[in-house]
Amino acid sequence: METQNTYNYTVVRQFTVMTVIWGIVGMTVGVLIAAQLVWPALNFDTPWLTYSRLRPLHTNAVIFAFGGSALFATSYYVVQRTCQVRLFSDKLASFTFWGWTLVILLAAISLPLGMTSGKEYAELEWPIDLLITVVWVAYAVVFFGTIMKRKVSHIYVANWFFGAFIITVAVLHIVNSMALPVSLTKSYSLYPGAIDAMVQWWYGHNAVGFFLTAGFLGIMYYFIPKQVGKPIYSYRLSVVHFWALISTYMWAGPHHLQYTALPDWAQSLGMVFSLVLLAPSWGGMINGMMTLSGAWHKLRTDPILKFLIVSLSFYGMSTFEGPMMAIKTVNALSHYTDWTVGHVHSGALGWVALVTIGAIYFLVPKVFDRDQMYSIKLIDTHFWIATIGIVLYITAMWIAGVMQGLMWRAVNADGTLTYSFVESLEATYPYYTVRFLGGLLFLAGMFIMAYNVWKTISGAKPASATQSA
Amino acid sequence: MSDFWSGWITVISLANILACYWLIKWASKPSPNEAAQGDVTGHKWDGDLEEYNNPLPRWWLWLFYFTIVFSLVYLVLYPGLGNYKGTLNWSQTGQYDEEIQHAKKTYDPIFAEFAKQDIATLAKDENATKVGQRLFLNYCATCHASDAGGARGFPNLADNDWLWGGEAAEIKTTISDGRIGSMPPWEAALGNDGVKNVTQYVISLSGRDHNAEAAKAGKAQFDMMCVACHGADGKGNKAMGAPNLTDNVWLYGGSAGVITQTIAKGRTGVMPAHGDFLGADKVHLLSAYIYSLRNQ
Repeated sequence: METQNTYNYTVVRQFTVMTVIWGIVGMTVGVLIAAQLVWPALNFDTPWLTYSRLRPLHTNAVIFAFGGSALFATSYYVVQRTCQVRLFSDKLASFTFWGWTLVILLAAISLPLGMTSGKEYAELEWPIDLLITVVWVAYAVVFFGTIMKRKVSHIYVANWFFGAFIITVAVLHIVNSMALPVSLTKSYSLYPGAIDAMVQWWYGHNAVGFFLTAGFLGIMYYFIPKQVGKPIYSYRLSVVHFWALISTYMWAGPHHLQYTALPDWAQSLGMVFSLVLLAPSWGGMINGMMTLSGAWHKLRTDPILKFLIVSLSFYGMSTFEGPMMAIKTVNALSHYTDWTVGHVHSGALGWVALVTIGAIYFLVPKVFDRDQMYSIKLIDTHFWIATIGIVLYITAMWIAGVMQGLMWRAVNADGTLTYSFVESLEATYPYYTVRFLGGLLFLAGMFIMAYNVWKTISGAKPASATQSA
Repeated sequence: MSDFWSGWITVISLANILACYWLIKWASKPSPNEAAQGDVTGHKWDGDLEEYNNPLPRWWLWLFYFTIVFSLVYLVLYPGLGNYKGTLNWSQTGQYDEEIQHAKKTYDPIFAEFAKQDIATLAKDENATKVGQRLFLNYCATCHASDAGGARGFPNLADNDWLWGGEAAEIKTTISDGRIGSMPPWEAALGNDGVKNVTQYVISLSGRDHNAEAAKAGKAQFDMMCVACHGADGKGNKAMGAPNLTDNVWLYGGSAGVITQTIAKGRTGVMPAHGDFLGADKVHLLSAYIYSLRNQ
């Protein structure tokens, strides 16, 4: 009971619950647009249900609503626990929750209405961008304020990653969103042509690097050793891969613009730094995985640990795949195909979502003062459904992507293209169906999670345990 | 790029790569006063969070070194450090030119060979039309459909009805130079009733059910305003791409509603020029393929 008063768990609870809810919302939209690729009639000839408007809604909802809420919840929890102090300001923390929720609601309204700045992962128009900036500054004040008044001398490694994520996302968001408003709902980027593309992908890739990687490595560094009950494998490794990761990620953006109007030198640097990024990325994976050495048997019985460790496997896989795809020769094949979509989802579902889900299952009983989750068995079920869903999704997209790339470049003996674009689309159909099924499975897992979380919070007697606290 | 920016890019790129090298070098060496290898560092958070002082995994270090060496070698060979061109003198435009040159050398003779024969002869040569069809599927099918059956606003090329003429030379001109078919809007000149009347007259031209009274009124206006392009008999004029209105073949649709729309608002049909893009020999072969569709 002491911790309930010592720490601000209210805001952690709010963000924890919203993580589950936004996860379901964002992934439902994802499943809908995946279904639209199989059955185009599913847009019901309604403008605000078209793929072009729902796709940004899906990406914004899963990255910023689901992922963002998870990061707020875990960082607020971790920074308090590892600094042994209450959050710097309860009022500001509460403001970040309601402000962030307002941002998400505005996104859910404005994107289907077709209001967009046209920048990928930064589609929201300028008034919402301003609101994001204010909320983010408040977040930074709460987080770093808490670090400043900590009662332990050293700053725990998870907080380095959270801190880097908060600072960098602020810089990325502000620089990329610079625009000239022409009305309340429309603005134009301040940057011209190729420079705009470069700024966009500097932002875009670092959104992956800092929002979806550094932030979630922060989660990994707290929840894995906690769940395993063993020390982090190597302090040295965490220092090296932290600094190498954050400095190298900054350069990787141009690999999104290989063979475009971007100057050759920028393309080369994007490729080279993406390759250098492989080892720093794997540093995080090794540190998490090796923390388990001597305790591998726990994986058999602990489904939360399964989520956390398998998320690291997907992290390792997609951070290997990423640098490979950044190589110009490979990129010439993979670019614009569904391979990219598969790569993104092996990171987003396999790494980001799984590590989040594991952390949430850890967090819910702690912050709602229960002994454990309502049903451990349902966590296990969730794990298997989610994993099968991811495997279906990414293998379908790999095959589809490589096939598309090969079909687009195939030429006959007379130099004409062997396949028309429509033929490649036709060949992709079966894989779109498999991808839809994979997504549906993953979403089904989220509903199981929501049920389990609901039962836990509402105080239902744990399915197997004796008495809840 | 100015020398300053070139230098700036060179310095910060190399500095970052070398900093990575320095970082792993530094972290590989034990520092004084640190915990023994395999022991915890001595810090503790949140009750039980600790860290081992394990060394960097050797295989991982080698991986890191390898990528650093690779990147430095790559930046010597290829452009990357500001204005420095790289020892291989590679550029993406250079690569493009090379691939185009290679393609020209490989494929141009095939089309040059076909170009020696006239279009009518090629149209009967199965091998020629097969290659021609592939060109069609690559460059034309997007608008005219893969069976050349066209789509609304894009002419059917397989129905023996030609807007701009179906002779070999005419087809070739259409592909090579493109066409712009322009029907001006008549709403202002005809008024609402006028548009409706002319619509009925146009429907009557292809012998379909129509309002005879309106068609009669419409004919008077048709004879004044439409005959210049569509001719007194409504059979059109291939020289300006004015469609034949008597054959019940419709580019934009033949319902009263669509015809009204066409007359009131006008139409603009654009066939882009492909001569410069494809080159004369490919246009020649493509013309033969289209020509071969005449007899189907």
